[in-house]
Amino acid sequence: MPAAGHLLDVRDLSVVFTRKGRRDVRAVDGVSFTVDAGETMGLVGESGSGKSVTSLAVMGLLPKRGVRVGGEVHFDGDDLLTLPPERMRDIRGQDIAMVFQDPMSSLNPVVPIGIQVTEVLERHQDMKGEAARKAAAELLDRVGVPDPNRRLKEYPHQLSGGMRQRALIAMALACRPRVLIADEPTTALDVTIQAQILELLKELVRDSGAALVLITHDLGIVAGLCDGVHVMYSGKIVESALRHTLFAEPRHPYTGGLLGSVPRLDAPRGAALHPIPGSPADLRPWSQGCAFAPRCANRVDPCMQETPALETSPDRALRCYNPLRADEEVPA
Amino acid sequence: MALIGFGLIAFFVLVAIFAPLIAPYGPTDRPGADVITPTNIPGPSAEYWFGLDELGHDEFSRVVFGARQSLLVGVVALLLGMAGGLLLGVLAGAFGGKVDGVIMRIVDVMLSIPGLLMAIAIAALLGRSLLSVMIAIAVINIPIFARLLRGQMLAQRESDYVLAATSLGVRRRSIILGHVLPNSMSPVIVQATLTLATAIIEAAGLSFLGLGSPDPRVPEWGLMLANTQRYLASAPHLAFFPGMAIVLAALGFTLLGERLREALDPKYRR
Repeated sequence: MPAAGHLLDVRDLSVVFTRKGRRDVRAVDGVSFTVDAGETMGLVGESGSGKSVTSLAVMGLLPKRGVRVGGEVHFDGDDLLTLPPERMRDIRGQDIAMVFQDPMSSLNPVVPIGIQVTEVLERHQDMKGEAARKAAAELLDRVGVPDPNRRLKEYPHQLSGGMRQRALIAMALACRPRVLIADEPTTALDVTIQAQILELLKELVRDSGAALVLITHDLGIVAGLCDGVHVMYSGKIVESALRHTLFAEPRHPYTGGLLGSVPRLDAPRGAALHPIPGSPADLRPWSQGCAFAPRCANRVDPCMQETPALETSPDRALRCYNPLRADEEVPA
Repeated sequence: MALIGFGLIAFFVLVAIFAPLIAPYGPTDRPGADVITPTNIPGPSAEYWFGLDELGHDEFSRVVFGARQSLLVGVVALLLGMAGGLLLGVLAGAFGGKVDGVIMRIVDVMLSIPGLLMAIAIAALLGRSLLSVMIAIAVINIPIFARLLRGQMLAQRESDYVLAATSLGVRRRSIILGHVLPNSMSPVIVQATLTLATAIIEAAGLSFLGLGSPDPRVPEWGLMLANTQRYLASAPHLAFFPGMAIVLAALGFTLLGERLREALDPKYRR
């Protein structure tokens, strides 16, 4: 039974990609998290850490062939993973919606914006013709697209990147979903637009009381927006905490490394950046110890032998044998 | 080049539409019936621009009226073939899996038979008429369109906007018909233009082989070519003008098709 109270409750989610003649790839491995209404949850990690696959699995958008999804995704009393596809199609867009990374390719290039927005309204809200068009114009207006009536008739290529992302957000919010998953919503945009879009997301979530799952590799975005943060590495959550706790006191060396690699305005000019050595391409499976161990400065012997468990303490969850100490400097 | 192609097509379309106004004689009128003998078939002159044919028809009038037949056969054959091909392609591309497998194997079988050979067989089976020529050409074009559209649709189904639409709960039917299909059409349009060119040549070819209209008086370019075989040495103009008309009409559609391909096909861009 799902615990009462949590809007979205993901438990022990795992996604395995299987292919004949190849080793299975565990893209998501025992990920659990919850999100409540009005809350913004950040899912952080570098490319290949399984953030996007997690979101696709929650939405039921992974292909059926060659993919094994395990665990539970509780939403509104249902386990989304076991719902029949027709029910799931009703939930998508209506109750849970998603905003994707690339606004250039996420809109159909040969269909006017208006039709793409009204399509969602017609699908879920039984709106038709003029009413749907009016509602679409209001939506575009709400997400800050100027002159919405003209924009509705235009094609995606006539809009700037920021405008397209706004249109996509309008589509996602069209039916006032209770959960919005934003998968790197600002990665393809330039910095000033990024700030606007994030501000917009924040505002919309606050006004509608929806839950926001924000997937990103950018800790700056997390700092500005999220209540809770889960840091993922190689398919597993390695550290979870409230934003303040995590930023003030990162304990997992990977979190510390992510924070240390962010360029700072108050650092002296010309100071070197501090990247995490190695790359996720050196992935080790979690079954042979800690997957982050090869890149970790705090590595101790058990790291290479046994998989660390996610230990929960009152203010955080941590998966590490030799975490950074509270007073320790972020490793340079 | 595209302008030349477009010009040629416009020219032939106008000629076809206004044939009765352009041609000085009707296609079956025989103004030179008294002049010609088997050894004397006059060539181009001021009165008969393209000369007279072996029955005393005005060759110019017949070439002009022939534009109607050729364009009609080409367009009807194309539309029939495209309709059949698109239907199969949409089914295969939309459903995938077993439906796709069955349809594509049928298409493979059709493609494995040489086009003209199959067209000859079909036209022969259906009997001599322009309609059977159209059907024959349509049938050999069905697998080409089916395969083209199916491949495009399968590729488009993987695109981001389809995922985005799916994530918003849009129904499968709307995604296929409203998103995937419109994005898959541009190579089909290109192929249609190029197919018009080959359809005109194939129609002429089938008529030349005697599979077209059984009535020798019908002004059809391929048939006109076939009828002049015996007089090739004494009256080469009878082969030259209809042949030229076929070449120019096919060239027009080819040039336009190539330009369309450059404009619409991302592989040819930049």
